[in-house]
Amino acid sequence: MTPNVSYPRRWKRPPQLVTTRRWRLALPLLILAYLILAVGSLEIDVGRVIEGLERGARFVQGFLQPDFVSRWGDIRQGLIESLTMTLTATVVGVLVSVPIGIGAARNLSPRPVYLVCRSIVAVSRSLQEIIIAIFLVAMFGFGPFAGFLTLAFASIGFVAKLLADDIEEASASQLEAIRATGASGWQLIHYAVQPQVMPRLIGLSLYRLDINFRESSVIGIVGAGGIGATLNTAIDRYEYDSAGAILLIVIAIVMLTEYGSSYLRKFLQ
Amino acid sequence: MSALDTRPGEPTHYSQVWTFRTPRARLALWAGWLALVALFVWCWQVMNANTLWIFVTDAPDQAVDIGSRMFPPELAYLPELLMPLWDTLNIATLGTLGGVILAVPVAFLAARNTTPSALLVRPVALFVIVTSRSINSLIWALLLVAIIGPGLLAGIVAIALRSIGFVGKLLYEAIEESEAGQIEAVTATGAGRAQVIHYGIVPQVLPAFWGISMFRWDINIRESTILGLVGAGGIGMKLQSSIDTLAWSQVATILILILATVVVSEALSARVRRALI
Repeated sequence: MTPNVSYPRRWKRPPQLVTTRRWRLALPLLILAYLILAVGSLEIDVGRVIEGLERGARFVQGFLQPDFVSRWGDIRQGLIESLTMTLTATVVGVLVSVPIGIGAARNLSPRPVYLVCRSIVAVSRSLQEIIIAIFLVAMFGFGPFAGFLTLAFASIGFVAKLLADDIEEASASQLEAIRATGASGWQLIHYAVQPQVMPRLIGLSLYRLDINFRESSVIGIVGAGGIGATLNTAIDRYEYDSAGAILLIVIAIVMLTEYGSSYLRKFLQ
Repeated sequence: MSALDTRPGEPTHYSQVWTFRTPRARLALWAGWLALVALFVWCWQVMNANTLWIFVTDAPDQAVDIGSRMFPPELAYLPELLMPLWDTLNIATLGTLGGVILAVPVAFLAARNTTPSALLVRPVALFVIVTSRSINSLIWALLLVAIIGPGLLAGIVAIALRSIGFVGKLLYEAIEESEAGQIEAVTATGAGRAQVIHYGIVPQVLPAFWGISMFRWDINIRESTILGLVGAGGIGMKLQSSIDTLAWSQVATILILILATVVVSEALSARVRRALI
């Protein structure tokens, strides 16, 4: 033991994430290089931005003094389309995703069924709602029916994947116990799987209902009906007070469904 | 509830067959399902009041038609897409950066243990988070294109505004969950407010912070690919112009490129997050 070691008088917080000295020097340089390249390739028209600020101020004004009245007929129609679309799409999406979810659970399904169901899920998840909507509008024509199909398709990927993951995590001993009584495949799902995953499935469906409403306010931009179409028209016509009113309604409904669905989920679980 | 619970006033004879639920629970369940079905049918009819079924029955033909026009994808179009792809990556990255920078103060103001005033400041910060979360980035982009003109800047600002809510919410939850003992230890040394945050809270939430930022970056890559549909720059603008000119083989190429980008960014973000946690 050496008694005369001089300890540093000051303490500095040790680095937390990047502990190699070389990377600690290189990372900021790399980031700086990227930023210079990226910002350099931006083409910002300062004049246009300044010109737009006045318009931005008008929009903020419209948001603060929303005009619910003069376009109420269109807003009402858009809202009805959005809400009905959301509900029907969630119901159909969940109904379709239950068999797919069961098929995509490794502990219940034979390998070929598992692979087919998992690839359906992957396709549905990797395509964005708006891109699906573009295609479905091209096929089925404008209006809420295309929107309904879009949301239902997107719901399948979401609900089926999370349901399948949940089934795979279900307790194996309960499955074995029911199987040991000589239960058939149906009875196995009904008595062993369903009680274990039902609360989660209801929670997922409510959550998806919430997401579907949010998405229904967007897919109208490409012609799939709903409040998004009304909003798009309002902004295109520079009617910022109507646009502000629509956005406030959307925010209010989203908050309502979010709190409602989280309350219901807590109540059910 | 099992059928074997005996309560005063309930019958003492039970059926020999075991059933899943009591009769009352079964009735309630059926009533619930009936209500849901009725609601569904009603919504369906309201929704489809104006649907032209002739277009719907025609859809398979349309699908075959579009499918045959999309195949084979026009791969020669690919080099023309590289610049828009770079723009898209920039929209996502710079937007995430801006969003994160704005979200950090909001998160500290919204967290119960760091907010200066739970009565005045916290509700405002929470309102900012909720507003940002409930408006989709495409709608933000729509507004910003109208306000500051079409182009990359509108896309970046849209992504940034949308990210505030997501990052802010997850970050303030992480701050609220940070361990009180460490904070108390730092406070006990006589540290000021800023020092408590720097030495007590930041080290605890730093991994979560980077994880959340990477996660949001990955989501933003996805979202920035379509912002061009409303004029906010990037590969979505190419998509829009190809759709408008019905050049379906170009559309197929763009979609393949978008899909590849999304898959790569997802894998990258998952790897970084795994290394962090």
